[in-house]
Amino acid sequence: MLAEALALSAALFTIGVVGVLIRRNAIIIFMCVELMLNAVNLSFVALSRYYGADGQVFVFFVMTVAAAEAAVGLAIIISIFRHRQTVNLQNINLMRG
Amino acid sequence: MTVAAGVMALLQHSAPAAAAGDAHALSGTVADWLWLVPILPLLGFIINGALSLLAVAHPGPGDPDAGHGDAALSTGHVASGADSHALPADSGGGAHGDDHHTVARHRYAGIVSVVGPLMLALSFGLTFAIFLAMRTAHATEPFIQRYFTWMVAGELSLAAAFQLDQLAIVMMLVITGVGMLIHVFSVGYMRDDPGYPRYFAYLNLFVFFMLVLVMGANYPVMFIGWEGVGLCSYLLIGFWFSEKANADAGKKAFIVNRIGDFGFLVALMMLFAHLGTLDFQGVAAAAPQLATATVTAICLFLFLGCVGKSAQIPLYVWLPDAMAGPTPVSALIHAATMVTAGVYLVARSSFLFSLAPVAGLTVALTGAVTALFAATIGLKQWDIKKILAYSTVSQLGFMFMAVGVGAYVAGIFHLATHAFFKALLFLGSGSVIYAMHAAYHKTGSHDDAQDVRNMGGLRRFMPVTWVLMWIATLAISGIPPFSGFFSKDEILTSVYARAHGSTLAEASWLGIPGSALLYFIYFIGIVTALLTAIYMTRMMLYTFHGPNRTGEAERGALREAPWVMTGPLVVLGVLSAFGGWLNLPGVFTDLFPVGPTFALEHWLEPVVGEHQLAVTHGEAAHVSANTEYLLIGAAVAIAVAGILIAWRLLNPSRLVPKREAPAEQGYERVLAEKYFVDEGYDRAVVQPLYRGSRGVLWRGVDAGLIDGLFVNGSAWLARAFGWLGSTAQTGAVGTYAWVLVLGVVAVIGVFTLR
Repeated sequence: MLAEALALSAALFTIGVVGVLIRRNAIIIFMCVELMLNAVNLSFVALSRYYGADGQVFVFFVMTVAAAEAAVGLAIIISIFRHRQTVNLQNINLMRG
Repeated sequence: MTVAAGVMALLQHSAPAAAAGDAHALSGTVADWLWLVPILPLLGFIINGALSLLAVAHPGPGDPDAGHGDAALSTGHVASGADSHALPADSGGGAHGDDHHTVARHRYAGIVSVVGPLMLALSFGLTFAIFLAMRTAHATEPFIQRYFTWMVAGELSLAAAFQLDQLAIVMMLVITGVGMLIHVFSVGYMRDDPGYPRYFAYLNLFVFFMLVLVMGANYPVMFIGWEGVGLCSYLLIGFWFSEKANADAGKKAFIVNRIGDFGFLVALMMLFAHLGTLDFQGVAAAAPQLATATVTAICLFLFLGCVGKSAQIPLYVWLPDAMAGPTPVSALIHAATMVTAGVYLVARSSFLFSLAPVAGLTVALTGAVTALFAATIGLKQWDIKKILAYSTVSQLGFMFMAVGVGAYVAGIFHLATHAFFKALLFLGSGSVIYAMHAAYHKTGSHDDAQDVRNMGGLRRFMPVTWVLMWIATLAISGIPPFSGFFSKDEILTSVYARAHGSTLAEASWLGIPGSALLYFIYFIGIVTALLTAIYMTRMMLYTFHGPNRTGEAERGALREAPWVMTGPLVVLGVLSAFGGWLNLPGVFTDLFPVGPTFALEHWLEPVVGEHQLAVTHGEAAHVSANTEYLLIGAAVAIAVAGILIAWRLLNPSRLVPKREAPAEQGYERVLAEKYFVDEGYDRAVVQPLYRGSRGVLWRGVDAGLIDGLFVNGSAWLARAFGWLGSTAQTGAVGTYAWVLVLGVVAVIGVFTLR
């Protein structure tokens, strides 16, 4: 049972990573990051069946952080869009020093 | 440090703790004022130095000849350069310092003329009073004044202390006495020079350091004086520094002396490493426990210092060039006092040298070879000061012959008499140059005022100088009863006497038996005495006899120097004539009971007597009376022969002035060019060093390695990394993500595959 759960988690995580790497739309990349977080949550929950409830507690933390991150991240994306009329990351290099 | 020592001494003079204990015979006498002897010239240095700075800072009006003085102050060196005669490069190397005097009297010349000589007079008076106190006290132990602890480093504890003993007082009398006369002479000679206060400041400072040198109670204090006189020598050789040749001569003297000082320092470190003390008394007490090889090494390193300071082969080359300084400086520093510091060092270290016969033989042989070598060069010099310079080198060689064979008294005796007659010769030549220069200055001629070919017949114009210089010439040639006869004869007799029955004779030097070597040294001494008589008579003949070659227009201006200059000459003349009375030999007083026998020998007995006897197995070195008469007869015959040879062979009327003189040929050229030693040193040492410094050290190490690789290289490396880093920062988040993921994959890969 654990193996299947971890396999699913790994598959979701990989999809998230690949999405972050190859997509250019900031919103989609953001969703892929959420996917990776939830893949990790899944493995936490699966493992907590065998190693106690600590993993489940951690999931709550991750969800809290993810919610905060979603709020801030989406706000940044909206702000960038207002400036540049695009959310395509290839056209945005504000991080260059 | 020594200035601080002086100030401390001033503050503490009421209670100087005598190290030898309160019971010393000299404590409570005038000797308690010992510290004042060097402080007085130091005071003169401070006053004169301040005056020389003051006048530069405030060149305003207010003194009678302000315009005159100000012009000299503002344009002094420029004028000095413009006024100097553009001399063609001659065989003497072109270092003709005295040949230009800017006539511009300094506004404080009056004060300086009083302060400079007065300090020396007071110092001499005090020294003489101390000498009289010592005569009554009959102390056999040195009188030591300890002022404060100079430095403490581990086991080494050095005191700033002066030591008064019979050897030191002899040197102090010579330094302050002859120094005072030369200061007085300088008043006449230098008064119209714009740098007059500076000159007297340096001269006073020199006397201070020279006194520190001879009065120090340990080697490091002596070394302070040793370096200090070197500094003053450098400053005074380059006194007219606006001419490059003079500045170069000063630098040459300084650098050559550094080679010798290296030896001195190594010897000090070896002494400390083996004995743990550097006090003269401590070293003297502990020296016998040293291994012979160690003592020999220490002595040879000490002697390296002497070779530099006292201008012996191979480091003699600086002394002839030192004639670039004013002539009274040549008399005081480069004839009478500083250059004899090496002889003093050997005599002071007699407790070491008497234990090392091989080192003693080295000293004596170096002295002998130098004496002969310099005398041959002196035969063919034309510059009057160069003749005297080589004569000085030669006479210093005689002194080293004496102290090398352990005849320390004979060495110090010759040191004293040489100080008299050589100071007289130099000051006399100063008078001659003064007159010559005045004559040439009057007509604006650019001829060389120091070349004997331009002189001739001066006895008609300067009779006093003529008579006095003949006295000095007879003294240096060794004609009885003048002073040089007794001292030189004692040296030669001492060498001869030690060829048998002394530790030196039994030692072997590089496989040569010491006895044979001593006979050889004696032979060289005799030959050198002959040459000395020849070159000195030649100088006198060309300068004072025959027709005058100065020039028609100039002849009328030739006249005797003022009395402030000839006065000291007269005193030195008396000393040169009767200086032999310091130490009349027994065979002489037996025949002519005119004075005490071996006075100096008895006087110095507490200091060097024991060590002199150590060389000769406890018995005083002596030769039979008949042998001694024979030796004296031979020496006198040689001297007379030298004078007669020169008188017969040299004809001053055949001489032509310098500008008409043909170039020398053959061996004459070799001698006139001083065996091309300077050129040889230039090729063998200076040029390789120069090329090595330029090619390797400058271009290679400094410009290439330090500047190129280390400084610029590291800067380039930082820039390269910076460029690499900045190109990686694209600002494209996608790229960052890729790098991040690849990094994670790599890390995981490493951890799983390991």
